[in-house]
Amino acid sequence: MHGIVGYGAYVPRFRIKAEDIANQWGADADAFKKGLLLEEKTVPGPDEDTITISVAAARDAVTRAGIDPQLIGACYIGSESHPYAVKPSGTVLIDALGIGPDCHVADFEFACKAGTEAMYVAYSHVKSGEMEYALGIGADTSQGAPGDALEYTASAGGSAFIMGSEGVVAEILHTYSFTSDTPDFWRREGEFYPRHAGRFTGEPAYFHHVLSSCRGILERSGMKPADFKYAVFHMPNGKFPLRAGKAMGFRKEQLEQGWVVNLMGNTYSGSSPTGLAACLDEAEPGDHILVTSFGSGAGSDSFILRATDRLPEVQGLAPKVRDQLADRRIHLDYGKYVAYRGKIRMNEV
Amino acid sequence: MITPRYHREIPQRYRLEAGKCAACGEIHFPPRAVCRKCGGREMETVALPRRGKVVTHTTVWIPPAPFEGQKPYVNAVVELENGVKLTCMVAEAPPDEVKIGTEVELVFRRLQHEPVWEVIQYGYKARVVKV
Repeated sequence: MHGIVGYGAYVPRFRIKAEDIANQWGADADAFKKGLLLEEKTVPGPDEDTITISVAAARDAVTRAGIDPQLIGACYIGSESHPYAVKPSGTVLIDALGIGPDCHVADFEFACKAGTEAMYVAYSHVKSGEMEYALGIGADTSQGAPGDALEYTASAGGSAFIMGSEGVVAEILHTYSFTSDTPDFWRREGEFYPRHAGRFTGEPAYFHHVLSSCRGILERSGMKPADFKYAVFHMPNGKFPLRAGKAMGFRKEQLEQGWVVNLMGNTYSGSSPTGLAACLDEAEPGDHILVTSFGSGAGSDSFILRATDRLPEVQGLAPKVRDQLADRRIHLDYGKYVAYRGKIRMNEV
Repeated sequence: MITPRYHREIPQRYRLEAGKCAACGEIHFPPRAVCRKCGGREMETVALPRRGKVVTHTTVWIPPAPFEGQKPYVNAVVELENGVKLTCMVAEAPPDEVKIGTEVELVFRRLQHEPVWEVIQYGYKARVVKV
């Protein structure tokens, strides 16, 4: 049996409400909230970045796995907001957690699906017998230009998954990926904010890849939507994953637990992984979970998982996603938000 | 902070590695070569617990330039579960949230990231466990 042996998620404490962004730019707050199905989003503190988020999530994954971090043979962080252009985020993480130096480390990028890429490669190492444990993480402090529609959703957070063959809490039964050259969202080297192709990001990009990937994994597995307790689709906003789920024949009750976007925003590489973590927080032995990510450019990764008897033993060992979403919130005004996000040009110190 | 010093201090700043005197058991953080209690020179590396309580604190309203963006912030002396005390910043807490006796955990955060062409320095800060 191969799959997840430990998982952890991290949700920053700061938030900004959708209406505070709308009010800043003279937009109709109710129209945005209704259109995006989103109340507020997370904001990283001035001392947080993809590395600190990854360390927090991975520390909880190690706790739930109950393993010696030295046994982790690979560490991959998927993100589109790695703090350095040149210097891997994973180098800092392994030293913070006492992993390595006997460890393969790489940073992954693929817009919003870099996290599931990291999980997929970590899982493949373990499945092939190359190593005992491997760590895959999706984390981001997403960028959205001031006034752009993305600013309402681009948020921060992430989740970490240790793959292994002993002590599995969620067995990975099937994987499938679907990829094509679809230029719906991009950022050229040296540009601060990404660009997107407006409505083109919907049907030809998100829905085509998410639905194709989901159909592909269902065909290969011979399973149908009714076989799943939970289904998670990448959450660029509140509406898209619910529409994708409905189109595939999933019911609202299957989608709700992993649908964290209304309170969290789009955590990019951390989005569908955090939806999965929220499902693992509540899943019971035998429950099946379907996860489909989406990364612009574009592609989707799908996973089918089955919770094992060990899962309930580890659920309470670290903070759950929905507890983190509900607790300790500090709401920022727009001025504080742009200062924290480094959107104001300051004098050099 | 210069890169060689930052690199040298990674075990203590990232993983809270302390020196425990092999002769008398005194724990030193940051680690030191000679035991302040018995003069012993043989040290064993131990990781500190991450939970503790605030012993005393102060609010910084006029910080050094690299910390301007975080003001006001709280600096605290934290006594960890094993009795070791250390000084650190308290992450993300409004000043009125931190009191003597407040339960905290040590978390991994950016300590300094200006100027933008320099190495980003990471280390521990305290975080209030329950608000």
